[in-house]
Amino acid sequence: MADMISIRSVSRYYGIYKALDDVSLDIGAGEFFSLLGPSGCGKTTLLRSIAGFDTPTSGDIRIDGQSVIGTPPNRRPTNMVFQNYAIFPHLNVEENVAYGLKRLKLDTAEERRRVGAALEQVRLGALGKRGANELSGGQRQRVALARALVMRPKVLLLDEPLSALDKKLREEMQVELRSLQKAVGITFILVTHDQYEALGLSDRIAVMFGGRIAQVATPKDIYQHPLTREVADFLGGMNFMKARVTGETAGELSVETHRFGNVRVSKPLGFAARDGHATLGIRPERLRVLWDDAEADHSLEGQVVDRHYFGEITHLIVDVPGMEKPLSVSETNNFGADDIPVGAPIRLAYDPDALVALRD
Amino acid sequence: MSGRHGIAKSRWLPAYVVVYLAFLYLPILLLPIFSFNNAAATTFPLAGFTLKWYASLWTNTVMLEAARNSLFVGICVATLSTGLGICAARALTRYRFRGREAANGLLMAPLFLPEIIVAVSLLMIILQIGMELSLATVILGQTVFCLPYAMSVLTSGFEGFDRSLEEASLDLGETAFGTFRRVTLPVVAPAIVSSLLVSFTISLDEFILAFFLSGTEPTLPVYIWGQLRFAAKLPSVLALGSIMIALSIILLTTAEIIRRRAERRIQGA
Amino acid sequence: MTALPASTIADPDAPARAHWKDSDEAKGLMLVSPTLLYALALLLLPILIVFAYSFWSQDYLTIDHSFTLDNYRTALGEPIYQDLLWRSLTISLVVSLITVMVSYPIAWFISFHGGVHKSLWLFLITVPCWTSYLLRVMSWKVILGYQGVLNTGLMSTGLIDKPVTSLLYNSNAVVITLVHSWAAFAILPIFVSLEKIDRSLIEAAHDLGDNKIRSFLRVTLPLSLPGVISAFLIVMIPTVGDYVTPKLVGGKDGVMIATAIQAQFGKGANWPLGAALSVTTMVVVSVMAGAVVLALKFFVRRIR
Repeated sequence: MADMISIRSVSRYYGIYKALDDVSLDIGAGEFFSLLGPSGCGKTTLLRSIAGFDTPTSGDIRIDGQSVIGTPPNRRPTNMVFQNYAIFPHLNVEENVAYGLKRLKLDTAEERRRVGAALEQVRLGALGKRGANELSGGQRQRVALARALVMRPKVLLLDEPLSALDKKLREEMQVELRSLQKAVGITFILVTHDQYEALGLSDRIAVMFGGRIAQVATPKDIYQHPLTREVADFLGGMNFMKARVTGETAGELSVETHRFGNVRVSKPLGFAARDGHATLGIRPERLRVLWDDAEADHSLEGQVVDRHYFGEITHLIVDVPGMEKPLSVSETNNFGADDIPVGAPIRLAYDPDALVALRD
Repeated sequence: MSGRHGIAKSRWLPAYVVVYLAFLYLPILLLPIFSFNNAAATTFPLAGFTLKWYASLWTNTVMLEAARNSLFVGICVATLSTGLGICAARALTRYRFRGREAANGLLMAPLFLPEIIVAVSLLMIILQIGMELSLATVILGQTVFCLPYAMSVLTSGFEGFDRSLEEASLDLGETAFGTFRRVTLPVVAPAIVSSLLVSFTISLDEFILAFFLSGTEPTLPVYIWGQLRFAAKLPSVLALGSIMIALSIILLTTAEIIRRRAERRIQGA
Repeated sequence: MTALPASTIADPDAPARAHWKDSDEAKGLMLVSPTLLYALALLLLPILIVFAYSFWSQDYLTIDHSFTLDNYRTALGEPIYQDLLWRSLTISLVVSLITVMVSYPIAWFISFHGGVHKSLWLFLITVPCWTSYLLRVMSWKVILGYQGVLNTGLMSTGLIDKPVTSLLYNSNAVVITLVHSWAAFAILPIFVSLEKIDRSLIEAAHDLGDNKIRSFLRVTLPLSLPGVISAFLIVMIPTVGDYVTPKLVGGKDGVMIATAIQAQFGKGANWPLGAALSVTTMVVVSVMAGAVVLALKFFVRRIR
């Protein structure tokens, strides 16, 4: 995949505050790419630098091979969907969508055709004459999308476009956004702090903390093989434990744990043992309850100390003797995990492959 | 209604509001009442309906000259204070800079100063630099006085204006100037019109500064002040005053309607 | 979401890297400068000149620029100026107290019971105050005069048989007229501060056992204090220097300091004395305003 966006050593300082700290990143043509991280991690600054609303203190940004440093936003081949949608209040839906086209001096028929097509694309065909203040949140978002897509940008930038919508609508729009991206085939860059949104929509995700990129990978990779403890924690629950490193090769670590035995795990990039120890992690859903006399190759025993019911799943907090902290276990309620009483003894099965080593 | 927010509306409060409104409005309504009264004295009972006081205004060349002066001054003051107000309101709502608070304080200061001191200080500096008192000096002075009002109207208009609208416009390929013309101006236009009308009204009614700074060319309030000494002139002054009050109310109502329509549009239904 | 000041829109012709002239700071200063220069030249500078003049002296038409405190000695020492200053301060204090007290319930009514028509109510209340000040004072003169509306009205209804003389040309007439003139200026700041009060705070006070009066005194009033204070300042300071009202309805008994100031720039032609009177008035009224603000704060703290 050819690189559509290439970011090289970009930094952005506000006084002594580093909003972006030596960020390098390549994003392919036609890719749905997400920038994921907590508030203040620099993801919005990075997006705004690509759009041209923010100028990096140093470094280079290339779009389709052209450096865009110094190019104002109105001359970049990118278009943006703003967090609050920024629908022009004095224009109706059609006029909003046609706003950018007016600059291109198309003939009237062509302009109308493109506006109509864009509105069809976001399923707003019937609302062209609606005033900007007569739109619901979801409709405003569709107008913002149509207004940007009608410009046929090489890259569409989306700044937390779903955060203003309620849960149900947000889920609907996620599906629609994904199919829209497939249909138009251009690069989408999405900024979000919602890990489920990033996991569900993206081809690849960059997780950012403190102005730096912590990891770039596919959703599955980033969830199953987080590089650092921070990344693992941000993308859902994780049980952490300390383990003694007994052997190290180029790509693997042999470790000895208190309750999970001796295991071999793949070594994360840039790993360095501390005092001969490493941090291991296992996701709560990779621990399964062993019912009755069921046997498993790898299991451990403990006692339920707390229980949280979430509808389709139950979170069990299990105290395992010898572990520093109780384990968090996520079990579906299909087999009655919601009926396990607090205080009951319990056996848990796991797959040693589910253990990952993490950089601290 | 009562009990909402746990705050019951007492029975005497609406009555008090009515009395208060009467206190506010009756003195103003008196002028038009007596301006149609067929007697030179402002006494009850009324002596019958007449339009002669209004008719007498049309032949009063001194008054018409003063009205022309007021119109000229009002238009200049409205334009100048709105223009300056746009710069300041935009800078203060949009940018953070050192001295922002101090600048805002200085511009708002005329609200918190006795008007006579503003007038006296302006008179001193104008005579000091050897300028002749004229309508121009009235315009300069009234603009200082109108700025806080213009700024209040404009600031509230600009605060409702979301910066991302301008960014969206740039993002869609429009230039900085085009963005100003196609987005900024249309969205804040109602606030600007409102500010023009309010400034014009204030200038039209302003007396102290005009009194100190107008030299030999009176504005309407200065003309009225001169007429107050003559009891016989009172009815025609009442007629003139009624016209001015009606004009003020019309202008202010227009400004309010424009402002509210714009607010509805920006905030959404 | 990023907790940083978003940068400004880049000027299309600007060079690549952010220079100071592209910063928010520079753009803000550049944009505000025409207005600021105007206000500096025609507001701050004149006031500084007044200040300077108050330390100079005048001999017929020539100004002696050597420093002197004589003007202040006259302004503070001459009984006539003492009287005028004292009366001006008393009147402005009384006017501001009355205005704030009669306006507070109105502001409260609009804020708590104005419903969807709040802005319409505010407009109704403020419109009279936007009409010509001179005409309103004139109207009061017509009302309160010996042969005025009130006297002749009361006589025609038979309530009195000869005109009451004490209505016009005294400080009461000045106070009534000024209260009428400044009502809206007091209502607006109080209304704004009442609007900012989270209604659930009052509910919380009720929930915790306060009755309506106690919750008003312990929650609503203290939280609206900033509005009350600005209402005080915005009425008291300008009224101390009012010129038209005392002139038209004050008579001999209602003359205020502005008349004396004006005289120094008219017939009296003693600019330095006029300047000293202006400065004295400003300083004294500011000190008194400060004292009122402190007293209010103390008073409200005691209630809590």
